[in-house]
Amino acid sequence: MSVLRPITIAVTALGGQGGGVLADWIRALGEGNDYIAQSTSVPGVAQRTGATVYYLELFPAAAAAQAGREPVLSLFAVPGDVDVVIAAELMEAGRAVQRGFVTPDRTVLIASNHRAYAIAEKTAQGNGIADSAAVIEAATAAARHLVLFDMQAVAEAAGSVISASLFGALGASGVLPFGRDAFEAVIREGGVGVAASLRAFGMAWDLAQAAANTVAPAVDAAPASVLPQGSPLADRIRGQLPLALHDTAWEGVRQLVDYQDARYAGQYLDALQGIAALDRAEDGHALSLAVGRHLALWMCYQDVIRVASQKTRSARYADIRREVLAGTAELVEPVEFMHPRLEEICDLMPAALGRWVLGSGGFREWLERFFRKGRMVRTYSLRGFLMLGSLAALRPFRRMTLRHAIEHERIGVWLARIGNAARHDRALAAEIARCQRLLKGYSDTQARGWRSFSRIMDHVDHAPAGSLRAADIAGLREAALADEDGKALDAALAV
Amino acid sequence: MAERSFSEEVELLRAGAGTELHMEGILAVTKALLQSGVAYVGGYQGAPISHLMDVLNDAQEILGELGVHFETNASEAAAAAMLAASVNYPLRGAVTWKSTVGTNVASDALANLASGGVTGGALIVIGEDYGEGSSIMQERSHAFAMKSQIWLLDPRPHLPLITEMVEKGFELSEASNTPVMLELRIRACHVYGRFTAKDNRAPTMTVREAAANPVRDTSRIVLPPANFLHEREKIEQRWPAALRFIKEHRLNEFFGEGGDIGIVVQGGLYNSLIRALRILGLSDDFGATRIPLYCLNVTYPLLDDEFLCFCEGKRAVLVVEEGQPDFIEQSFHKTLRQAGSDVRLFGKDCLPTWGEYTTGAILGGLRKFLEAAAPAMLAPPAQSAVQAFDPAAARIPVRDLSAVVPQRPAGFCTGCPERPIFSAMKLLQQETGPMHVSCDIGCHLFSILPPFGIGNTTMGYGLGGAGGSAFNAKGGAPVVNVIGDGGFWHNGLTSGIGGAVFNQNDNIFLIVDNNYSAATGGQDIPSSRAAPGNRKGNNSIERAVDGVGVNWIRTVDTYDVAAVKATLKEAAESGVSGPKVIVARNECMLNKQRRVKRERSDALKAGERVSRSRFYVDADTCTGDHACMRLSGCPSLTLRANPNPLREDPVAYVDNSCVGCGLCGANAHAAVLCPSFARADVVSNPGWGERLLHDIRHTLIGALQRWSERRRERRLAVLGA
Repeated sequence: MSVLRPITIAVTALGGQGGGVLADWIRALGEGNDYIAQSTSVPGVAQRTGATVYYLELFPAAAAAQAGREPVLSLFAVPGDVDVVIAAELMEAGRAVQRGFVTPDRTVLIASNHRAYAIAEKTAQGNGIADSAAVIEAATAAARHLVLFDMQAVAEAAGSVISASLFGALGASGVLPFGRDAFEAVIREGGVGVAASLRAFGMAWDLAQAAANTVAPAVDAAPASVLPQGSPLADRIRGQLPLALHDTAWEGVRQLVDYQDARYAGQYLDALQGIAALDRAEDGHALSLAVGRHLALWMCYQDVIRVASQKTRSARYADIRREVLAGTAELVEPVEFMHPRLEEICDLMPAALGRWVLGSGGFREWLERFFRKGRMVRTYSLRGFLMLGSLAALRPFRRMTLRHAIEHERIGVWLARIGNAARHDRALAAEIARCQRLLKGYSDTQARGWRSFSRIMDHVDHAPAGSLRAADIAGLREAALADEDGKALDAALAV
Repeated sequence: MAERSFSEEVELLRAGAGTELHMEGILAVTKALLQSGVAYVGGYQGAPISHLMDVLNDAQEILGELGVHFETNASEAAAAAMLAASVNYPLRGAVTWKSTVGTNVASDALANLASGGVTGGALIVIGEDYGEGSSIMQERSHAFAMKSQIWLLDPRPHLPLITEMVEKGFELSEASNTPVMLELRIRACHVYGRFTAKDNRAPTMTVREAAANPVRDTSRIVLPPANFLHEREKIEQRWPAALRFIKEHRLNEFFGEGGDIGIVVQGGLYNSLIRALRILGLSDDFGATRIPLYCLNVTYPLLDDEFLCFCEGKRAVLVVEEGQPDFIEQSFHKTLRQAGSDVRLFGKDCLPTWGEYTTGAILGGLRKFLEAAAPAMLAPPAQSAVQAFDPAAARIPVRDLSAVVPQRPAGFCTGCPERPIFSAMKLLQQETGPMHVSCDIGCHLFSILPPFGIGNTTMGYGLGGAGGSAFNAKGGAPVVNVIGDGGFWHNGLTSGIGGAVFNQNDNIFLIVDNNYSAATGGQDIPSSRAAPGNRKGNNSIERAVDGVGVNWIRTVDTYDVAAVKATLKEAAESGVSGPKVIVARNECMLNKQRRVKRERSDALKAGERVSRSRFYVDADTCTGDHACMRLSGCPSLTLRANPNPLREDPVAYVDNSCVGCGLCGANAHAAVLCPSFARADVVSNPGWGERLLHDIRHTLIGALQRWSERRRERRLAVLGA
């Protein structure tokens, strides 16, 4: 039997990523260099954002000529029989490993480690992002040789698309018997966006050569203490809170000063100190850490003042220009999509007035007519900016607002509940603190979050003493995040 | 205007004898049609044969030179009916569609055609959408060949053979007065290979000449008594004529010799089988097999004597036949029994009973067959590669990723105009509770998948309306029937809307008009706004609906989520008797972008004012609930790490693939989502007045910003250095 065999190549990509262009290039590369090339694909619905595989085989023409026969080439990648897998996205690399296309005896895996999130990852109410580290670990184990870096970023930096950087990494990997000139000639013959493609190709080539077998995932260096000198708030943290809490507490303080003022940050430290006194070092101050994080987040509740302030900062404008890749000569006009309801307006009023309007029946209905439609606000028109700017300028009066009163009343009850629980079960108290994670969003989303939060807190308040475990609350919190209509939480609470 | 332009491929269609062509399988078939002297070609687009239609549509000039009539038929039934031109005249005609769905639609005309038989060769090129990537029910076209007596070709996926089989198909059709189906699996349609061209041939008779000299033969018409004669003719004349032709022209192939076992394989699976044999060390890469093969390039009719001849001297034979039922295997069992043979026939007892026969699947089946019939042949050969096929043997220390790697269901493209319709329906259902939604075929069917989860059934192309017709409870819960513009013209106008008027059905009919048959590659349909060439586009859906008697018709802009929602609500609450029709209209974004990108880059080069829009999410304002994504699912609306180190959940992020369709803003308003969304309007080459105004505004606002930022810095001073 002949020992000759075709070079087998699978390109795994998402519909719309240009996997077809890459397959065309590889085929042209083979055909231009004395190989018989065959490629096939299954476009179909996969073209519309699904995962898809392009499959190629290259067979030396000289060998076919010598045999006087045509090779019979396969239309399918066979697990265990693939020489090169090119994955245009990290999870697609994972899928190729999962399907058995990547084997340690023969497969060179060339993969971009960037992520294009799948719909299930995106629609999760919390964090649904898949575990990249698990995929990298499996890919490293499964491949004979792994070339892994962010080829999407390379392509973007070069003003090109990922097919060009994947092609560069393929070339540099040396797995195909063709030189750099041959690769570049194929790109030139393509005739579309040649300069940018060659740039991306070259950058990827260099990176792939520089990279060792694998690229270790970035590991955060152990942070040094962040507490600065010369700040009374930092001094207070140093003096009154355990070391394990310093980072979190300082981050909280930083955000609260920015949000309101130093007094507000002091208020936060008062509360945190109270909890820390109930906590113990033996469980790593888990309770205080949870409260430190979640109390800061809650105290920085997103009100109209806060949103207006975020929208009017000059750094944001610069970020928008950067994000939309605006050239220096181009004008950029942001338009905000806002939908303030009467509730948000009342939130801004002095507490008593706000409560009166909301409870006023007919007057409220009359007012609501003015807040039924969404508004589009041009931030950098004078009118738009003055409106947003004036709202942001209400910050010093925030403590008088209805929203402030409501939030702080709720925070008080929550802290007391945590304190009570902490006296006999610190882990349970920490889980109660972590339920603040449910409080996010605006309008209906916010209402839904508050509803879930309240139901769990009711459950805590009405449970017989000592019957609740920390894991129960963590489970309820996950159930609250499982769906939008609260069915999972219903089921979890019914147990 | 199709998704792809085929101007380069069109030039390849002109290639003359001896030219080596490198192209996709389905384009090779197109070239082969012209080489076969075809007089007319038609069909209905659909994966995987859309490219055949698209390239011919772009090749009007060549078709004109040759005198070939080409049209995009209104449906597969219309395409099959067009083959009537080959009944009375020696005209070679070819049509194409996606199977089995298209064959289902065409089967009425096919049965009539096959009953009366043909004079000129009639070839049906069917793209078999079976296996990976398929979006249709998994069935076999083989059954249609059997029930109507149409011959079925299933050639090896080798372009020289495929193109030859096109020609032979016409000849077989003429020799046996029977239509012929040429079946190509999806990968064969898209396989890119090479073959040697022949000269194109003008038809010996054109459709114009035929029409000028009408021929009438009542014995070819399906009416008594001719219909009874047809059945007899099929068995007594056409069947034996076909067998003779297939045998004489050696359409089926034999490979390898010796040994006492053999394999029968459908032509389309030959390459996979050879690869599986090579992996087991039983063949080389040129197909020199140690086990003799009988390769069925014609899978219907089967030639009993050829098969028995192949079986001679063999103990055991494996049938490699994809799909179910196992028609071929059953038939050969009968052949063997009638011949009193003791050859043991293996088939689906070794191979999977259902599903695509990938090389891996065939490899597994082959192993089982050899274990039972010739275990000595499985002795491990020297090559180490074989070891790698057993993951356990290769000891790959890979953790199971099935729980890690997320599924990627198909979804609407970035900026798709259909997505907002389902955002609106999802919002409406949040108010009214769930509704019964009868779906159709087309991109809009993705509403069934995440994140929308809208749609209860889909019964076939254009049948979204009919699929909801039973639910006509007067004054009951509203039922929504979705129909695409493609399905509407295919048959939905009559089967759905016309039927609903006649039966006074109160359902809501949501017609999704994106200007093209988008799911099949963006082909033009009767309501397309700009149909080029010899077609008349711009035919109004509203007028058609009005014409069949609908009294309640509304047209909405799909991107206006609030309007779509309000219109659906209005329809549900209208109390008007009879169907309520909502035409939701906006152009397919894939097609639009192709046009707009070119216009934009031309305008930019010319120094003209050009504006574009893109959405932006304030990462500080977003709290990471992702309600926006549950209402959208747009690929460009994605995630990134939360910039706030205290928050755990990723925030929304709009990447640069955003086309600024406006849905994010419309959803933010309609659902009162959150104030994180902004649209950035970017103006290139602004006029001087515009620039001046911009500069004045930014100067004044910049001063205000500096003032407020100084105040902020003073506040932050307490944080120290």
